Amino acid sequence: MPQVTLTVNGTTHTAEVEGRTLLVELLRETLRLTGTHVGCDTSQCGACVVHIDGESVKSCTTLALQANGASVTTIEGLASADGKLHPMQEAFREYHALQCGFCTPGMVMSAIDLVQKNPQGLSEHEIREGLEGNICRCTGYHNIVKAIAAAADVMHGKRAEIAPAMA
Amino acid sequence: MYDFAYHKPTSIADAVKILAADPDAKPVSGGHTLLPALKHRLNQPSALVDLSGIAELRGIKREGDTIIIGAMTRHGEVATSDIIKSAIPALAHMASTIGDTQVRNRGTMGGSLANNDPAADYPAAAMALGAKFQTDRRTLAAEDFFQGMFTTALEPDELLIAIHFPVPKKAGYAKLKNPASRYSMCGVFVADGAAGIRVAVNGAGPGVFRQEAAEAALSANWSPEAVAGVKQDPDGLNSDIHGSAEYRAHLVTVMTKRAVLDAG
Ligand SMILES: Cc1cc2nc3c(=O)[nH]c(=O)nc-3n(C[C@H](O)[C@H](O)[C@H](O)COP(=O)(O)OP(=O)(O)OC[C@H]3O[C@@H](n4cnc5c(N)ncnc54)[C@H](O)[C@@H]3O)c2cc1C
Ligand code: FES
Ligand code: FES
Repeated sequence: MPQVTLTVNGTTHTAEVEGRTLLVELLRETLRLTGTHVGCDTSQCGACVVHIDGESVKSCTTLALQANGASVTTIEGLASADGKLHPMQEAFREYHALQCGFCTPGMVMSAIDLVQKNPQGLSEHEIREGLEGNICRCTGYHNIVKAIAAAADVMHGKRAEIAPAMA
Repeated sequence: MYDFAYHKPTSIADAVKILAADPDAKPVSGGHTLLPALKHRLNQPSALVDLSGIAELRGIKREGDTIIIGAMTRHGEVATSDIIKSAIPALAHMASTIGDTQVRNRGTMGGSLANNDPAADYPAAAMALGAKFQTDRRTLAAEDFFQGMFTTALEPDELLIAIHFPVPKKAGYAKLKNPASRYSMCGVFVADGAAGIRVAVNGAGPGVFRQEAAEAALSANWSPEAVAGVKQDPDGLNSDIHGSAEYRAHLVTVMTKRAVLDAG
Protein backbone atom coordinates (compact mmCIF):
# COMPACT_ATOMS: atom_id res chain seq x y z
CA MET A 1 0.00 0.00 0.00
CA PRO A 2 1.20 3.53 -0.64
CA GLN A 3 2.67 5.47 2.26
CA VAL A 4 1.97 9.04 3.19
CA THR A 5 4.15 11.20 5.42
CA LEU A 6 2.80 14.51 6.62
CA THR A 7 3.02 16.87 9.55
CA VAL A 8 -0.21 17.31 11.48
CA ASN A 9 -0.33 20.03 14.14
CA GLY A 10 3.46 19.97 14.31
CA THR A 11 3.91 16.19 14.63
CA THR A 12 5.17 14.11 11.71
CA HIS A 13 3.17 10.97 10.92
CA THR A 14 3.69 8.19 8.40
CA ALA A 15 0.76 5.94 7.52
CA GLU A 16 -0.22 3.35 4.97
CA VAL A 17 -3.22 4.44 2.94
CA GLU A 18 -5.13 3.43 -0.16
CA GLY A 19 -5.08 5.62 -3.25
CA ARG A 20 -8.67 6.56 -2.52
CA THR A 21 -8.21 7.36 1.20
CA LEU A 22 -9.42 10.89 1.84
CA LEU A 23 -7.43 13.29 3.98
CA VAL A 24 -10.37 13.52 6.39
CA GLU A 25 -10.40 9.71 6.76
CA LEU A 26 -6.70 9.69 7.57
CA LEU A 27 -7.20 12.46 10.15
CA ARG A 28 -10.27 11.00 11.83
CA GLU A 29 -9.82 7.25 11.52
CA THR A 30 -6.07 6.71 11.54
CA LEU A 31 -4.85 9.67 13.59
CA ARG A 32 -8.06 9.81 15.69
CA LEU A 33 -8.30 13.57 15.31
CA THR A 34 -12.09 13.64 15.31
CA GLY A 35 -12.45 17.40 15.67
CA THR A 36 -12.59 17.64 11.88
CA HIS A 37 -16.15 16.71 10.89
CA VAL A 38 -17.81 15.29 7.80
CA GLY A 39 -21.16 16.95 7.14
CA CYS A 40 -21.98 16.44 3.49
CA ASP A 41 -19.05 14.50 2.00
CA THR A 42 -19.87 16.37 -1.26
CA SER A 43 -17.62 19.45 -0.86
CA GLN A 44 -20.50 21.80 -0.01
CA CYS A 45 -20.72 22.29 3.77
CA GLY A 46 -17.20 23.07 5.00
CA ALA A 47 -17.41 21.00 8.22
CA CYS A 48 -14.21 19.24 7.11
CA VAL A 49 -12.07 22.35 6.50
CA VAL A 50 -8.43 22.08 7.62
CA HIS A 51 -5.34 24.04 6.60
CA ILE A 52 -2.79 22.57 4.20
CA ASP A 53 0.36 24.69 4.23
CA GLY A 54 -1.67 27.55 5.67
CA GLU A 55 -4.55 27.46 3.18
CA SER A 56 -8.08 26.35 4.04
CA VAL A 57 -9.23 23.29 2.09
CA LYS A 58 -12.05 20.78 2.26
CA SER A 59 -10.43 17.59 3.54
CA CYS A 60 -13.34 15.47 2.24
CA THR A 61 -12.29 16.45 -1.28
CA THR A 62 -8.55 15.97 -0.89
CA LEU A 63 -6.78 12.63 -1.08
CA ALA A 64 -4.50 11.76 1.81
CA LEU A 65 -1.76 11.20 -0.78
CA GLN A 66 -2.26 14.73 -2.14
CA ALA A 67 -1.16 15.99 1.29
CA ASN A 68 2.07 13.97 1.24
CA GLY A 69 4.91 16.16 2.52
CA ALA A 70 2.52 18.93 3.56
CA SER A 71 1.92 20.60 6.88
CA VAL A 72 -1.69 20.17 8.02
CA THR A 73 -3.38 22.08 10.82
CA THR A 74 -6.67 20.90 12.31
CA ILE A 75 -8.88 22.41 15.00
CA GLU A 76 -6.93 20.38 17.60
CA GLY A 77 -3.75 22.24 16.65
CA LEU A 78 -4.96 25.77 17.35
CA ALA A 79 -4.81 26.15 21.12
CA SER A 80 -1.37 26.57 22.65
CA ALA A 81 0.23 23.80 24.73
CA ASP A 82 -0.92 25.43 28.00
CA GLY A 83 -4.53 25.23 26.79
CA LYS A 84 -4.90 28.91 25.88
CA LEU A 85 -7.42 29.11 23.05
CA HIS A 86 -6.63 30.66 19.68
CA PRO A 87 -8.28 34.13 19.45
CA MET A 88 -10.78 32.75 16.92
CA GLN A 89 -11.81 29.96 19.33
CA GLU A 90 -11.99 32.45 22.19
CA ALA A 91 -14.18 34.77 20.09
CA PHE A 92 -16.54 31.92 19.10
CA ARG A 93 -16.95 31.17 22.81
CA GLU A 94 -17.38 34.81 23.86
CA TYR A 95 -19.94 35.57 21.11
CA HIS A 96 -21.81 32.28 21.45
CA ALA A 97 -21.13 31.61 17.76
CA LEU A 98 -22.36 28.03 17.92
CA GLN A 99 -25.32 25.95 18.96
CA CYS A 100 -24.86 22.26 18.15
CA GLY A 101 -21.21 22.87 17.24
CA PHE A 102 -21.11 20.54 14.27
CA CYS A 103 -20.02 23.23 11.80
CA THR A 104 -17.72 24.96 14.29
CA PRO A 105 -14.33 23.34 13.57
CA GLY A 106 -14.67 24.07 9.86
CA MET A 107 -16.00 27.57 10.52
CA VAL A 108 -13.05 28.37 12.75
CA MET A 109 -10.50 27.03 10.25
CA SER A 110 -12.08 28.94 7.33
CA ALA A 111 -12.38 32.10 9.44
CA ILE A 112 -8.68 32.03 10.37
CA ASP A 113 -7.68 31.75 6.69
CA LEU A 114 -10.08 34.61 5.84
CA VAL A 115 -8.67 36.91 8.51
CA GLN A 116 -5.05 36.05 7.69
CA LYS A 117 -5.59 36.82 4.00
CA ASN A 118 -7.15 40.22 4.75
CA PRO A 119 -4.69 42.16 6.91
CA GLN A 120 -6.39 45.41 5.82
CA GLY A 121 -9.50 44.34 7.81
CA LEU A 122 -12.90 42.97 6.81
CA SER A 123 -16.36 44.49 6.54
CA GLU A 124 -19.37 42.54 7.79
CA HIS A 125 -20.30 41.90 4.15
CA GLU A 126 -16.84 40.55 3.36
CA ILE A 127 -16.99 38.20 6.34
CA ARG A 128 -20.36 36.86 5.15
CA GLU A 129 -19.02 36.39 1.60
CA GLY A 130 -15.91 34.72 2.99
CA LEU A 131 -18.06 32.10 4.71
CA GLU A 132 -19.64 30.99 1.42
CA GLY A 133 -18.08 27.54 1.75
CA ASN A 134 -19.33 26.88 5.30
CA ILE A 135 -22.91 25.99 6.14
CA CYS A 136 -24.41 26.28 9.63
CA ARG A 137 -27.84 24.80 10.23
CA CYS A 138 -28.30 26.33 13.68
CA THR A 139 -27.09 29.83 14.36
CA GLY A 140 -28.27 31.97 11.48
CA TYR A 141 -24.64 33.13 11.20
CA HIS A 142 -25.11 36.43 13.09
CA ASN A 143 -22.93 35.57 16.06
CA ILE A 144 -20.39 33.80 13.86
CA VAL A 145 -19.90 37.03 11.90
CA LYS A 146 -19.54 39.04 15.12
CA ALA A 147 -17.03 36.55 16.52
CA ILE A 148 -14.88 36.70 13.40
CA ALA A 149 -14.84 40.51 13.47
CA ALA A 150 -13.78 40.44 17.13
CA ALA A 151 -11.08 37.82 16.49
CA ALA A 152 -9.77 39.82 13.51
CA ASP A 153 -9.12 42.79 15.80
CA VAL A 154 -6.93 40.62 18.04
CA MET A 155 -5.24 38.71 15.19
CA HIS A 156 -4.38 42.03 13.50
CA GLY A 157 -3.02 43.46 16.73
CA LYS A 158 -5.70 46.16 17.14
CA ARG A 159 -6.74 44.82 20.52
CA ALA A 160 -4.98 42.67 23.10
CA GLU A 161 -8.08 40.70 24.14
CA ILE A 162 -11.36 39.68 22.49
CA ALA A 163 -13.86 42.53 22.96
CA PRO A 164 -16.58 41.44 25.41
CA ALA A 165 -19.86 40.48 23.73
CA MET A 166 -21.93 42.54 26.19
CA ALA A 167 -20.10 45.80 26.67
CA MET B 1 -15.01 5.47 -4.36
CA TYR B 2 -13.33 2.53 -6.05
CA ASP B 3 -9.64 2.28 -5.30
CA PHE B 4 -6.99 3.32 -7.80
CA ALA B 5 -3.22 3.54 -8.09
CA TYR B 6 -1.70 6.96 -7.48
CA HIS B 7 1.21 8.51 -9.36
CA LYS B 8 2.85 11.87 -8.85
CA PRO B 9 5.24 12.52 -11.73
CA THR B 10 7.46 15.59 -11.75
CA SER B 11 7.62 16.18 -15.50
CA ILE B 12 5.07 16.54 -18.28
CA ALA B 13 6.80 13.79 -20.28
CA ASP B 14 6.51 11.32 -17.39
CA ALA B 15 2.85 12.16 -16.84
CA VAL B 16 2.03 11.63 -20.52
CA LYS B 17 3.97 8.37 -20.51
CA ILE B 18 1.88 6.97 -17.64
CA LEU B 19 -1.37 8.10 -19.28
CA ALA B 20 -0.37 6.66 -22.66
CA ALA B 21 0.55 3.29 -21.14
CA ASP B 22 -2.75 2.94 -19.27
CA PRO B 23 -5.93 4.01 -21.09
CA ASP B 24 -7.89 3.86 -17.81
CA ALA B 25 -5.60 6.29 -15.96
CA LYS B 26 -6.73 9.90 -15.54
CA PRO B 27 -5.01 13.14 -14.61
CA VAL B 28 -6.06 14.94 -11.43
CA SER B 29 -5.24 18.57 -10.75
CA GLY B 30 -7.40 20.21 -8.06
CA GLY B 31 -9.68 17.18 -7.77
CA HIS B 32 -12.69 19.37 -7.05
CA THR B 33 -14.66 17.94 -9.94
CA LEU B 34 -13.02 14.56 -10.30
CA LEU B 35 -13.11 13.41 -6.64
CA PRO B 36 -16.85 14.17 -6.21
CA ALA B 37 -17.46 12.28 -9.49
CA LEU B 38 -15.43 9.30 -8.22
CA LYS B 39 -17.40 9.27 -4.96
CA HIS B 40 -20.52 8.86 -7.07
CA ARG B 41 -18.79 6.06 -8.94
CA LEU B 42 -19.47 7.92 -12.18
CA ASN B 43 -15.97 7.02 -13.20
CA GLN B 44 -13.61 4.17 -12.41
CA PRO B 45 -10.03 5.09 -13.31
CA SER B 46 -7.32 2.49 -12.72
CA ALA B 47 -4.90 5.21 -11.68
CA LEU B 48 -4.80 8.92 -10.96
CA VAL B 49 -1.86 10.96 -12.20
CA ASP B 50 -1.48 13.90 -9.81
CA LEU B 51 -0.22 16.92 -11.77
CA SER B 52 0.62 19.03 -8.73
CA GLY B 53 4.25 17.90 -8.67
CA ILE B 54 5.00 19.33 -12.12
CA ALA B 55 6.47 22.79 -11.57
CA GLU B 56 6.17 23.78 -15.26
CA LEU B 57 2.37 23.64 -15.00
CA ARG B 58 2.22 26.40 -12.38
CA GLY B 59 2.41 30.13 -12.71
CA ILE B 60 1.22 33.26 -14.44
CA LYS B 61 3.38 35.40 -16.73
CA ARG B 62 3.06 38.15 -19.30
CA GLU B 63 4.86 37.88 -22.64
CA GLY B 64 4.23 40.97 -24.76
CA ASP B 65 0.47 41.25 -25.20
CA THR B 66 -0.27 37.74 -23.98
CA ILE B 67 -0.96 36.42 -20.48
CA ILE B 68 0.13 32.81 -20.08
CA ILE B 69 -1.46 30.83 -17.26
CA GLY B 70 -0.21 27.34 -16.37
CA ALA B 71 -2.89 24.64 -16.26
CA MET B 72 -2.24 23.86 -12.54
CA THR B 73 -2.76 27.50 -11.51
CA ARG B 74 -5.43 27.61 -8.81
CA HIS B 75 -8.53 29.83 -9.08
CA GLY B 76 -7.41 31.77 -5.99
CA GLU B 77 -4.09 32.60 -7.64
CA VAL B 78 -5.90 33.85 -10.77
CA ALA B 79 -8.24 35.99 -8.64
CA THR B 80 -5.40 37.68 -6.75
CA SER B 81 -2.65 37.87 -9.40
CA ASP B 82 -1.38 41.42 -9.94
CA ILE B 83 -0.46 40.54 -13.53
CA ILE B 84 -4.01 39.42 -14.34
CA LYS B 85 -5.67 42.18 -12.31
CA SER B 86 -3.86 44.83 -14.32
CA ALA B 87 -4.04 43.17 -17.78
CA ILE B 88 -7.45 41.40 -17.73
CA PRO B 89 -9.29 42.47 -14.56
CA ALA B 90 -12.48 40.76 -15.77
CA LEU B 91 -10.68 37.39 -15.69
CA ALA B 92 -9.48 37.94 -12.11
CA HIS B 93 -13.00 39.01 -11.15
CA MET B 94 -14.42 35.88 -12.81
CA ALA B 95 -12.05 33.64 -10.84
CA SER B 96 -13.12 35.32 -7.59
CA THR B 97 -16.74 34.25 -8.25
CA ILE B 98 -15.96 30.53 -8.59
CA GLY B 99 -17.41 28.43 -5.78
CA ASP B 100 -15.99 29.45 -2.41
CA THR B 101 -12.55 30.15 -0.92
CA GLN B 102 -11.81 26.47 -0.29
CA VAL B 103 -12.79 25.50 -3.85
CA ARG B 104 -10.60 28.35 -5.15
CA ASN B 105 -7.69 27.14 -2.99
CA ARG B 106 -7.72 23.77 -4.79
CA GLY B 107 -9.49 24.03 -8.17
CA THR B 108 -7.35 24.87 -11.20
CA MET B 109 -7.87 26.63 -14.49
CA GLY B 110 -6.68 23.61 -16.47
CA GLY B 111 -8.98 21.24 -14.62
CA SER B 112 -11.96 23.49 -15.18
CA LEU B 113 -11.28 23.95 -18.91
CA ALA B 114 -10.49 20.26 -19.47
CA ASN B 115 -13.76 19.37 -17.75
CA ASN B 116 -15.82 21.88 -19.81
CA ASP B 117 -18.85 21.85 -17.52
CA PRO B 118 -21.58 23.89 -19.26
CA ALA B 119 -22.06 25.85 -16.00
CA ALA B 120 -18.33 26.51 -15.44
CA ASP B 121 -17.04 30.07 -15.64
CA TYR B 122 -13.71 30.00 -17.50
CA PRO B 123 -14.88 28.64 -20.89
CA ALA B 124 -16.70 31.94 -21.58
CA ALA B 125 -13.55 33.98 -20.90
CA ALA B 126 -11.43 31.70 -23.09
CA MET B 127 -13.94 31.88 -25.94
CA ALA B 128 -14.50 35.65 -25.78
CA LEU B 129 -10.82 36.53 -25.45
CA GLY B 130 -9.77 34.13 -28.22
CA ALA B 131 -7.50 32.12 -25.92
CA LYS B 132 -5.09 29.49 -27.26
CA PHE B 133 -4.81 26.10 -25.55
CA GLN B 134 -1.28 24.73 -25.35
CA THR B 135 -1.15 20.96 -24.82
CA ASP B 136 1.82 18.60 -24.65
CA ARG B 137 1.58 18.09 -28.43
CA ARG B 138 -0.26 21.00 -30.11
CA THR B 139 -1.95 24.38 -29.76
CA LEU B 140 -5.71 24.70 -30.20
CA ALA B 141 -8.00 27.70 -30.66
CA ALA B 142 -10.87 28.00 -28.17
CA GLU B 143 -13.43 27.22 -30.92
CA ASP B 144 -11.69 23.91 -31.63
CA PHE B 145 -10.97 23.03 -27.99
CA PHE B 146 -14.56 23.15 -26.69
CA GLN B 147 -16.73 20.41 -28.21
CA GLY B 148 -19.98 20.65 -26.26
CA MET B 149 -21.14 19.40 -22.88
CA PHE B 150 -18.21 17.97 -20.82
CA THR B 151 -16.28 17.36 -24.06
CA THR B 152 -13.06 18.85 -25.39
CA ALA B 153 -10.61 18.07 -28.20
CA LEU B 154 -8.12 16.61 -25.67
CA GLU B 155 -7.09 12.99 -26.28
CA PRO B 156 -7.30 10.73 -23.19
CA ASP B 157 -3.52 10.87 -22.75
CA GLU B 158 -3.16 14.54 -23.71
CA LEU B 159 -2.38 17.17 -21.08
CA LEU B 160 -3.39 20.78 -21.10
CA ILE B 161 -0.20 22.69 -20.28
CA ALA B 162 -1.09 26.39 -20.41
CA ILE B 163 -3.69 28.82 -21.65
CA HIS B 164 -2.61 31.90 -23.60
CA PHE B 165 -4.91 34.92 -23.27
CA PRO B 166 -4.36 37.90 -25.59
CA VAL B 167 -4.69 41.08 -23.52
CA PRO B 168 -7.92 42.81 -24.66
CA LYS B 169 -8.63 46.56 -24.95
CA LYS B 170 -11.47 45.95 -22.55
CA ALA B 171 -13.49 43.06 -21.17
CA GLY B 172 -16.28 42.49 -18.66
CA TYR B 173 -18.09 39.60 -16.98
CA ALA B 174 -21.46 39.20 -15.32
CA LYS B 175 -23.13 36.03 -14.08
CA LEU B 176 -26.23 35.04 -12.24
CA LYS B 177 -24.96 32.54 -9.68
CA ASN B 178 -26.88 29.53 -8.57
CA PRO B 179 -27.33 30.68 -4.96
CA ALA B 180 -26.30 27.28 -3.54
CA SER B 181 -23.35 26.17 -5.66
CA ARG B 182 -22.33 29.52 -7.23
CA TYR B 183 -22.09 27.78 -10.60
CA SER B 184 -23.36 29.90 -13.47
CA MET B 185 -27.09 29.92 -14.27
CA CYS B 186 -26.09 32.23 -17.07
CA GLY B 187 -22.86 34.17 -17.39
CA VAL B 188 -21.68 36.45 -20.18
CA PHE B 189 -18.12 37.52 -20.94
CA VAL B 190 -17.70 40.42 -23.39
CA ALA B 191 -14.37 41.43 -24.88
CA ASP B 192 -12.97 43.89 -27.35
CA GLY B 193 -9.65 42.32 -28.18
CA ALA B 194 -7.38 40.51 -30.61
CA ALA B 195 -10.24 38.30 -31.82
CA GLY B 196 -12.51 41.32 -32.40
CA ILE B 197 -15.63 42.03 -30.37
CA ARG B 198 -16.85 38.82 -28.82
CA VAL B 199 -19.68 37.83 -26.51
CA ALA B 200 -19.52 34.33 -24.97
CA VAL B 201 -22.20 32.72 -22.83
CA ASN B 202 -21.85 30.00 -20.16
CA GLY B 203 -24.46 28.30 -17.99
CA ALA B 204 -27.36 28.85 -20.38
CA GLY B 205 -26.70 26.20 -23.02
CA PRO B 206 -25.22 22.68 -23.22
CA GLY B 207 -21.80 24.30 -23.69
CA VAL B 208 -20.21 27.71 -24.05
CA PHE B 209 -21.42 29.59 -27.15
CA ARG B 210 -20.96 32.96 -28.87
CA GLN B 211 -23.91 35.34 -29.06
CA GLU B 212 -23.44 36.74 -32.56
CA ALA B 213 -26.34 39.22 -32.55
CA ALA B 214 -24.87 40.85 -29.44
CA GLU B 215 -21.41 40.89 -31.06
CA ALA B 216 -22.84 42.71 -34.10
CA ALA B 217 -24.71 45.20 -31.88
CA LEU B 218 -21.59 45.95 -29.82
CA SER B 219 -19.43 46.29 -32.95
CA ALA B 220 -21.78 49.05 -34.14
CA ASN B 221 -22.09 50.70 -30.73
CA TRP B 222 -20.30 49.56 -27.55
CA SER B 223 -22.94 50.34 -24.91
CA PRO B 224 -25.39 48.50 -22.66
CA GLU B 225 -28.29 50.07 -24.61
CA ALA B 226 -27.01 48.56 -27.84
CA VAL B 227 -27.55 45.01 -26.56
CA ALA B 228 -30.81 45.68 -24.67
CA GLY B 229 -32.86 44.58 -27.69
CA VAL B 230 -30.88 41.39 -28.41
CA LYS B 231 -33.19 38.37 -28.22
CA GLN B 232 -31.68 34.96 -27.47
CA ASP B 233 -33.62 32.02 -28.95
CA PRO B 234 -34.50 29.67 -26.02
CA ASP B 235 -34.48 26.65 -28.34
CA GLY B 236 -31.73 24.25 -27.19
CA LEU B 237 -30.97 26.10 -23.92
CA ASN B 238 -30.91 24.28 -20.58
CA SER B 239 -34.18 23.75 -18.73
CA ASP B 240 -33.96 22.33 -15.21
CA ILE B 241 -35.15 22.86 -11.64
CA HIS B 242 -33.06 26.03 -11.45
CA GLY B 243 -34.64 27.76 -14.44
CA SER B 244 -36.45 27.24 -17.74
CA ALA B 245 -34.89 27.76 -21.17
CA GLU B 246 -37.03 30.90 -21.61
CA TYR B 247 -35.73 32.32 -18.32
CA ARG B 248 -32.14 31.61 -19.30
CA ALA B 249 -32.71 33.21 -22.75
CA HIS B 250 -33.91 36.34 -20.94
CA LEU B 251 -30.84 36.22 -18.68
CA VAL B 252 -28.53 36.23 -21.72
CA THR B 253 -29.67 39.76 -22.60
CA VAL B 254 -29.58 40.98 -18.99
CA MET B 255 -26.11 39.53 -18.30
CA THR B 256 -24.75 40.89 -21.60
CA LYS B 257 -25.86 44.41 -20.59
CA ARG B 258 -24.26 44.00 -17.16
CA ALA B 259 -21.04 42.61 -18.66
CA VAL B 260 -20.75 45.65 -20.94
CA LEU B 261 -21.27 47.91 -17.92
CA ASP B 262 -18.59 45.93 -16.06
CA ALA B 263 -16.17 46.41 -18.98
CA GLY B 264 -16.80 50.18 -19.01
C1 LIG C 1 -18.72 23.35 -4.10
C2 LIG C 1 -18.15 23.61 -5.48
C3 LIG C 1 -18.52 24.76 -6.16
C4 LIG C 1 -18.02 25.03 -7.43
N1 LIG C 1 -18.41 26.17 -8.08
C5 LIG C 1 -17.93 26.46 -9.30
C6 LIG C 1 -18.28 27.67 -9.99
O1 LIG C 1 -19.01 28.52 -9.48
N2 LIG C 1 -17.76 27.87 -11.22
C7 LIG C 1 -16.92 26.98 -11.82
O2 LIG C 1 -16.48 27.24 -12.94
N3 LIG C 1 -16.55 25.84 -11.20
C8 LIG C 1 -17.04 25.56 -9.96
N4 LIG C 1 -16.64 24.40 -9.33
C9 LIG C 1 -15.71 23.48 -10.01
C10 LIG C 1 -14.28 23.82 -9.65
O3 LIG C 1 -13.93 25.04 -10.27
C11 LIG C 1 -13.33 22.71 -10.10
O4 LIG C 1 -12.18 22.90 -9.38
C12 LIG C 1 -12.98 22.71 -11.56
O5 LIG C 1 -14.10 22.59 -12.39
C13 LIG C 1 -12.10 21.52 -11.91
O6 LIG C 1 -10.79 21.86 -11.63
P1 LIG C 1 -9.86 20.86 -10.82
O7 LIG C 1 -8.52 21.44 -10.88
O8 LIG C 1 -10.46 20.64 -9.49
O9 LIG C 1 -9.93 19.57 -11.76
P2 LIG C 1 -9.99 18.01 -11.43
O10 LIG C 1 -11.21 17.69 -10.67
O11 LIG C 1 -8.69 17.57 -10.89
O12 LIG C 1 -10.12 17.47 -12.93
C14 LIG C 1 -11.27 17.71 -13.72
C15 LIG C 1 -11.15 16.94 -15.04
O13 LIG C 1 -10.14 17.49 -15.87
C16 LIG C 1 -9.10 16.55 -16.14
N5 LIG C 1 -7.85 17.31 -16.06
C17 LIG C 1 -7.42 18.04 -14.99
N6 LIG C 1 -6.29 18.71 -15.30
C18 LIG C 1 -6.00 18.41 -16.59
C19 LIG C 1 -4.95 18.80 -17.50
N7 LIG C 1 -3.99 19.66 -17.14
N8 LIG C 1 -4.96 18.28 -18.76
C20 LIG C 1 -5.93 17.42 -19.13
N9 LIG C 1 -6.95 17.03 -18.34
C21 LIG C 1 -6.99 17.51 -17.08
C22 LIG C 1 -9.26 15.47 -15.08
O14 LIG C 1 -8.81 14.22 -15.56
C23 LIG C 1 -10.76 15.47 -14.85
O15 LIG C 1 -11.41 14.72 -15.84
C24 LIG C 1 -17.14 24.12 -8.04
C25 LIG C 1 -16.73 22.95 -7.37
C26 LIG C 1 -17.23 22.70 -6.09
C27 LIG C 1 -16.79 21.47 -5.41
S1 FES D 1 -17.85 17.31 4.57
FE1 FES D 1 -16.40 18.30 3.31
S2 FES D 1 -17.50 19.97 2.56
FE2 FES D 1 -19.03 18.90 3.69
S1 FES E 1 -23.87 25.31 15.23
FE1 FES E 1 -25.05 23.66 14.51
S2 FES E 1 -24.48 23.59 12.42
FE2 FES E 1 -23.57 25.40 13.07
